[in-house]
Amino acid sequence: MIAELGFVALLLAMALSVLQSFFPMIGVVNKNLWLMQTGRPLTLGVFVMLTIGFLCLGYSHAVDDFTVAYVANHSNSELPMQYKISSIWGGHEGSMYLWIYILSGWALAVSIFSKSLPRENLATILAVMGMVTLGFLLFLILTSNPFERILPIPPEDGRDLNPLLQDIGLILHPPMLYMGYVGFSVAFVFAISALISGNLDSAWARWSRPWTNIAWVFMTLGIALGSWWAYYELGWGGWWFWDPVENASFMPWLMGTALIHSLAVTEKRGMFKSWTVLLAIFTFSFSLLGTFLVRSGVLTSVHAFAADPERGYFILALLALTIGGSLTLFAIKAPGLRSRASFTLFSRESFLLINNVLLSVSCFMVLLGTLYPLIFDALGLRKISVGPPFFDFFFTKLMAVLILALAIGPLLKWKKNEYKTLKKFAAIGAVASIALGFIAMYWYGNGEINFAVWLGLSLCFWLGFGILKAFKDNTRNAKSFMGGLKKLAPSFYGMQFAHFGMIITTVGVVMVSNYETEEDIRMAVGEAVQYDEYEFRFEGAYPVIGPNYSAMRGEMLVFRDDEKVVRLSPEKRNYNASGQIMTEADIDAGLMKDLYVSMGEELNSNGDWSVRIHIKPFVRWIWLGTIFMSIGAVLAILDRRYRKTIKVKN
Amino acid sequence: MNRWIYFAPAFLVLAIGGLFLYVMVADIDTKNIPTPLKDKALPEFALPSVHDPDEILRNTNLSDQPYLLNVWATWCITCRVEHPVLYRLAQDEGVKFIGLNYKDSRDEAIDWLAEYNDPFSKNIYDEEGTLGFDLGVTGAPETFFVRGDGTVAYKHVGEIDYDNWNNKLKAIYESL
Repeated sequence: MIAELGFVALLLAMALSVLQSFFPMIGVVNKNLWLMQTGRPLTLGVFVMLTIGFLCLGYSHAVDDFTVAYVANHSNSELPMQYKISSIWGGHEGSMYLWIYILSGWALAVSIFSKSLPRENLATILAVMGMVTLGFLLFLILTSNPFERILPIPPEDGRDLNPLLQDIGLILHPPMLYMGYVGFSVAFVFAISALISGNLDSAWARWSRPWTNIAWVFMTLGIALGSWWAYYELGWGGWWFWDPVENASFMPWLMGTALIHSLAVTEKRGMFKSWTVLLAIFTFSFSLLGTFLVRSGVLTSVHAFAADPERGYFILALLALTIGGSLTLFAIKAPGLRSRASFTLFSRESFLLINNVLLSVSCFMVLLGTLYPLIFDALGLRKISVGPPFFDFFFTKLMAVLILALAIGPLLKWKKNEYKTLKKFAAIGAVASIALGFIAMYWYGNGEINFAVWLGLSLCFWLGFGILKAFKDNTRNAKSFMGGLKKLAPSFYGMQFAHFGMIITTVGVVMVSNYETEEDIRMAVGEAVQYDEYEFRFEGAYPVIGPNYSAMRGEMLVFRDDEKVVRLSPEKRNYNASGQIMTEADIDAGLMKDLYVSMGEELNSNGDWSVRIHIKPFVRWIWLGTIFMSIGAVLAILDRRYRKTIKVKN
Repeated sequence: MNRWIYFAPAFLVLAIGGLFLYVMVADIDTKNIPTPLKDKALPEFALPSVHDPDEILRNTNLSDQPYLLNVWATWCITCRVEHPVLYRLAQDEGVKFIGLNYKDSRDEAIDWLAEYNDPFSKNIYDEEGTLGFDLGVTGAPETFFVRGDGTVAYKHVGEIDYDNWNNKLKAIYESL
């Protein structure tokens, strides 16, 4: 009964989204105020219906209603409650439902927080939002209904959630990522409605910026969570694999980052208009592409849990309509957008352009690397996979240039900057960075020369000097340094915070890629081995029973200089329902290094085990940096000018 | 003239969309059209086994019974997903798997099998991918259904899961 109720709510949501797509738009065309104003209640209506449906789906999961096919396929009666709930998005149908639900949530947020927008704009925006929602609701209802029943003979118990997904990181990762993916739809519909109305001014950019930043924060944290999860759950100690679906989330992130910076130019200087619009369209298009790649099965990957050509065709058609339609609109309208302002080669505009070019090229290269096998296949050549070496090669080069420019960009004035003001800083900064980079590398590597580390750390110092210089320049006219700091705008702090996060993440990537070590060791009970500067003492393994698995848990004591550092208890689990074996690594997380131990195989009846030990220096910094970036993006939207527009209208 | 530049993004997207469509259509065809090796014997090869470099496996000494030749590698994430399914099928249904470890490192492959169980009765070590090339392997995982007389009956691209096993592949295996 509850599942049927959910399905009815889903159908009602679709009916309302049909109205949401057309009524406000017709209102704009016919200048009918009443019709224009239907946008907001209809948006609310769609959201409420989808909420009811979502609760019904959640209820079916919570009470183990295995007559519902989706529940039977992705849940199990033994599953702990939090995983029963998260199994809602453990498969295709539920993930798509969550995707649409979040989309309607963003639409509702826009309708609530954009009271200051002109009526016509808001009506157009909500209508376009409605069209996107409608398209995906049709997809859900026609090809992937999560409420479908297995009757007359339902299975006695569910198939279980993939044990890889039974983890706190995976409870949070998909919703976060979807908040980001779908959040970019706001910038997209703002751009589309601006194209339709022909009103692309700096106000449009100012409205878009906070929304884009928030979506970007979710995206950043979502990707970081996924990387962190892969690190401790897959048991290999890797944190990025250039897997097609990872790339699918990374591409909109790169585009979104470019968009954030391009919006700044459009707002402050009224320039790059058509470029910014194009970026807004592309960012959301890459989000949609990500959804398509996961759902269609054109690329096989760890995420391909529901490859189905029917669904693939449907999404491809949906994408063609959305992306093709908006790019055609762009092609027709954009030539009319000319900005009269100009800038010189050495100015903030040109450095933001460098940023945009580098990020777009990176994104394009990731796209190329991801689709390479497909292209070769289609041309009838042998299928080749380019793999991590390809990505690592170009990505490190492009990011190095990006960081080089990143230190300078924020120090420049808009329009035109004199070379001589930065001559001294650039010369001293460059020499000092190279020297400090060398010292840090030499010291950490115990005298070993590693050029990659030297370059990477020098760039980090270089960017650090840039940030310090920015603070110095911006407090120059204040009476005291501290007094000056108080006067700086939140957006300034936001920018510096985010760029500082770049340093942290870069340090993490550089150090862990160059200094990580691992070793497989055979250990008898009571045996101790020396590895790096640590002594690992194996105390044996014993069986433990979890809620839905049985496991062997190893006990490992770690000493340094005869002092106990930590006790690690990695597990090797056997999940009851699926019989799947999982290795649960145990990690001593530290700011400077992680000690990472996972269990291999029991080797004989005496209790000897093969054990894998990893030492991962600075790996935490990769994720720590993303937190700084996110804080930065949030600080930036606390700026007074975003609040002012709302106050004036109120 | 200049106006047409603004259509460039749309054309780019069109091209990519066309590529997807082509691949998807072609993909469906490859599922219906058998591999060129269908009903032909496996190509000749002599490669070492994963566990023992001195043990040479040949097309002639692999098996007298029907088996599934599974192309796998430790760098292949989908293989990691597929792996427990293969193990269960080998354990519970007695399906005979022979591994083709493809463009991989021997040490990592041995570690992986020790860590995640070993469903394979034999495991061919194809470091250079030469056998993979002769078989027309497009990527990992891929599974060849081989009859007792050494001829290929069917090729499955992508992972084996319970859905496609129960709905389709099991019947093919049993008909070998």
